[in-house]
Amino acid sequence: MSTETTEKVVEKKAAEALLSKRRKKFVNDPLNDDNPITVQVLGICSALAVTTQMRPTLTMAISVIFVMVFANLIISVMRSLVPTRVRIIVQLAVIATLVTLVSEVLKAYQYDMYKQLSVFVGLIITNCIVMGRLEAFALANKPWDSILDAVGNGVGYSWIILAVAFFRELFGSGKLFGWPVFEAIGIENFPNNGLMVTSVGAFFILGLIIWVQRNKTGYVEH
Amino acid sequence: MELFNLGIKSIFIDNMVFAYFLGMCSFLAVSKKVNTAMGLGLAVIFVLTITVPVNWLLTEFILKEGALAGLSPSLATIDLTFLSFIMYIAVIAAMVQLVEMIIEKFSPALYGSLGIFLPLIAVNCAILGASLWMAERDYTLAEATVFGFSSGIGWLLAIIALAAIREKLKYSDVPDGLKGLGITMLLTGLMGIAFMSFMGIQL
Repeated sequence: MSTETTEKVVEKKAAEALLSKRRKKFVNDPLNDDNPITVQVLGICSALAVTTQMRPTLTMAISVIFVMVFANLIISVMRSLVPTRVRIIVQLAVIATLVTLVSEVLKAYQYDMYKQLSVFVGLIITNCIVMGRLEAFALANKPWDSILDAVGNGVGYSWIILAVAFFRELFGSGKLFGWPVFEAIGIENFPNNGLMVTSVGAFFILGLIIWVQRNKTGYVEH
Repeated sequence: MELFNLGIKSIFIDNMVFAYFLGMCSFLAVSKKVNTAMGLGLAVIFVLTITVPVNWLLTEFILKEGALAGLSPSLATIDLTFLSFIMYIAVIAAMVQLVEMIIEKFSPALYGSLGIFLPLIAVNCAILGASLWMAERDYTLAEATVFGFSSGIGWLLAIIALAAIREKLKYSDVPDGLKGLGITMLLTGLMGIAFMSFMGIQL
């Protein structure tokens, strides 16, 4: 993923002068108080589908952050040029191009991962987070603010899916990143919980994470 | 008979929502009332039944390697499958626009209640997901049509069931932190267990 590195360089250069208090909020808020998955209810599909193991989840998280940052940047730059009526198509075209890029890179350098994720790479296009942030933020804000918003939401999304994957892989197959945890700490024959590997386990884990998180932040839905 | 089996399989066993988590965003957001859920479900069926075969034709006659050979032999080695994401999503967005116009014309009430979620069918993972599965699994045209239609029915069943439960849930005393999304996730999990029982069916 050579493209990832360029993105980070840009970020650091601009960060010195531009990380004011107001802008820090864009990054910090989505981590917990305004989390895209647990509070805004966006991007649930992929949050559940790829999280049986940590490695595909991490790949997915990186891909989504990449797509979000660049989609937000591009749309934000073009925001005064795009007529409101056709904005959805324009957004989809931008997102689809970026996702195609990600998918081709994965196909070239991480073929096994590409096969494992199968259609879910393509489904980043319809990941509501990307679209939702474009609609709610990038269409009305300056490029740098939009990038920060994308990073914040991307990381907020990533930590939730990584948390789900952590529990699912740990209890579903007794491993983390494919490394047998329970054997390493001396517990032989730890019974694997088959429910965690199925889709049902994902619903329960996410439901419980939401419960814990909302108890902490005090957010109540009506 | 095989087509029928595929239909049953896509409705129950490989249910879009419970087996692949597709279309979860609108599944969670629009499942507060049965009527609205019904409307959205029907719109999803309609869009799926059209887009999957259309995308199949697109793949078969334009995008596949060698598909353009009919135009000129020099194009025989061209493989455009990397364009499939963009083409699929364009077809879907156009179809959704069409459905939106039809519903607005014939049922303004439904149009009002679906509101923002109608354009969002375009970004419903279930729609794009079905097209991508279709390409991944090498279906024939007939299979693709049946797959699109019955996936839509499966999605409709799931969202109506969830909406019915949530209507009853209004009268229950749910812990504060679980209200809304939390309890809905757990409910979906329980419904998923029920749907897992279909896995035993041999087709």
